[in-house]
Amino acid sequence: MQDDKQQDGRSAASVRSVELGTALVIFLFGALVAWDSFRLGARWGEDGPQAGYFPFYVGLLICISGAGTFVKGLRDASLAGESFVEVDQLKLILTVLVPAVIYVSLIAWLGFYVASTLFIAYFMHRIGKYSWLKVAPVAIGVSVAFFLVFEIWFQVPLPKGPLESALGFG
Amino acid sequence: MEELGSLIQGFGVALSPFNLMLMFIGVVLGIIIGVLPGLGGANGVAILLPLTFSMAQRPGGTTSAIILLSCLYWGALFGGAITSILFNIPGEPWSVATTFDGHPLAQKGRAGSALTAAFTSSFFGALVAVIVITFLSPVVANFALEFGPAEFFSVYLLTFCAFVGMSGGNAFKTIASMMIGFALAAVGLDSVTGTLRLTFGFTSLLKGFDFLIAVIGLFGIGEILETLEEGLAFKGASAKINMKVVLETWKELPRYWLTSIRSAAVGCFMGIVPGGATPASFMSYGIARRFSRDGDKFGKGQVEGVVAPETAAHAAGTAALLPMITLGVPGSPTAAVLLGGLLIWGLQPGPLLFVEQKDFVWGLIASMYLGNIAGLIVVLTCVPLFAAILRIPFSIIAPVIIVICAIGAYTVHNSMFDVYMMVVFGIIGYVFKKLRYPLAPMVLALVLGDRAEENFRNAIKGSGGDMGVFFSNGLVGSLTTLALVLLFWPLISLVVAKLRSKAPRQASGG
Repeated sequence: MQDDKQQDGRSAASVRSVELGTALVIFLFGALVAWDSFRLGARWGEDGPQAGYFPFYVGLLICISGAGTFVKGLRDASLAGESFVEVDQLKLILTVLVPAVIYVSLIAWLGFYVASTLFIAYFMHRIGKYSWLKVAPVAIGVSVAFFLVFEIWFQVPLPKGPLESALGFG
Repeated sequence: MEELGSLIQGFGVALSPFNLMLMFIGVVLGIIIGVLPGLGGANGVAILLPLTFSMAQRPGGTTSAIILLSCLYWGALFGGAITSILFNIPGEPWSVATTFDGHPLAQKGRAGSALTAAFTSSFFGALVAVIVITFLSPVVANFALEFGPAEFFSVYLLTFCAFVGMSGGNAFKTIASMMIGFALAAVGLDSVTGTLRLTFGFTSLLKGFDFLIAVIGLFGIGEILETLEEGLAFKGASAKINMKVVLETWKELPRYWLTSIRSAAVGCFMGIVPGGATPASFMSYGIARRFSRDGDKFGKGQVEGVVAPETAAHAAGTAALLPMITLGVPGSPTAAVLLGGLLIWGLQPGPLLFVEQKDFVWGLIASMYLGNIAGLIVVLTCVPLFAAILRIPFSIIAPVIIVICAIGAYTVHNSMFDVYMMVVFGIIGYVFKKLRYPLAPMVLALVLGDRAEENFRNAIKGSGGDMGVFFSNGLVGSLTTLALVLLFWPLISLVVAKLRSKAPRQASGG
């Protein structure tokens, strides 16, 4: 199986390293939960359990399960050879994830509809390799459809930006 | 036969023109959601839930809202089969087992029979489960009316321990996922003491984490990222269903009556116990293969191999609503989202629903019958239409789905912070799925976290901090004991397996 792998099919990370990393993060998260709950008081108060009582034990259990996964991952040598994600898979995921993150952060500035139009347009042009002539009607059409559904039909206001206020919908 | 009288009343509620319209809208939207990658039952319901807020405030509106959302769920259950059979892509995790025989059938040119078999057995599974719900849920609810906080907590405990014992995966990962859910549910203002928990001074954390955001991120964004690995194109068999194929397949189906009944039973059981639709479909596929006369032909395109998982998945998906309406304990992530919906609409899920909200409960149950009939009609007549959705290029579908998820996340609380959290949950969902952390326990814990904690606090407050309250009478004691057995089941089965492997060795040695 290793022989026919091409260059871009290389593994970007082994299952083992991601497994151990995730287990560590989970352990730290559990420790954070337990520590903050302990600070609030995780004992028996005058009128019942204190605020941190329940989450404290939840935090401890997270720590235990994180540590357990970590130890299991260390012992299981077969995980090291397994690929978590291949390089070109990761590239593909990032070509979606990075624009999605930018899109979400643009919403606050441009409003939902303009940001969505740009996002769909970028995606279609960059990944689908469509010409702008085909991109424009789809991207604008989808956003207008969403506008009609949410603002007019369901009357659920979504965040708006400069364009909407210029058009008098702000 | 008091149930029948109530059921007829329920049909009266569900058969109003407005509710019938919602039923069809729900089923059609649900099938679309089930077909599309990145949208599924759980996050489809989560995205639509905020849109029902205003609907639920009208008189009788909560019934309409639950009919819409539950029909969305039935539609999603039906829709999963379409992609599995035609495209070999399970639209939903519980349709994975359907691909084993469904796709080979489609490649042989028998897509129509495979689809008809899948839809019909889905319908049969759901019907059995709804009948079980009709007659069993009033009994369970009546029984649960006398539950106190200790009993409720032990039922929750049982639910969560069942995940550990029955998931079959890594127990540590199940517990980690579940406890992260509980921790996230605890974030924010503690309603009992009024203290801020786990906010670390961030004002945006005051409200805590909403499970809807988690569901949309984990299942929506996470799934899109996972789908991307498979590449961008879908290649599918063409779907043609006409009356002739349907009738021919229906003639063939009665031959598999034993498989159907067995699968429906497995499904109902796994749905009520929170095992869920996915293991139920695999389990009943395995059982059918073992017991069928044509067992060795499974995997090459047997109609029976489609009947078994579809019946079980649909039965389990439907039966998951039984503990949800009677005890307030959802049996699946989608049931958890529906339960969250009830809470948002101001209904208290649990045994009192059967006393105080008769119209709501029986309207819902009646709509389960009608919704599944509507679903069967819609899928049998419109398959090519739904299959065409998957022919829309992924580079158009993917951004539109992300936009829909973002809208869904925003409308929950009208807050941009939730949209950012959705992306974070999406990345967590992707990593967790690939490392085989189960996501369902996290969602359930997020939904039930506050209620579980409240019942736990009330129970031990009543006993003055004595944990003995969870063993104080026969009922609560046996629930707690059963929960602990399930919790340690992975350990117990490990010990049993060791003892067994030791025993023959000693026998051969002596």
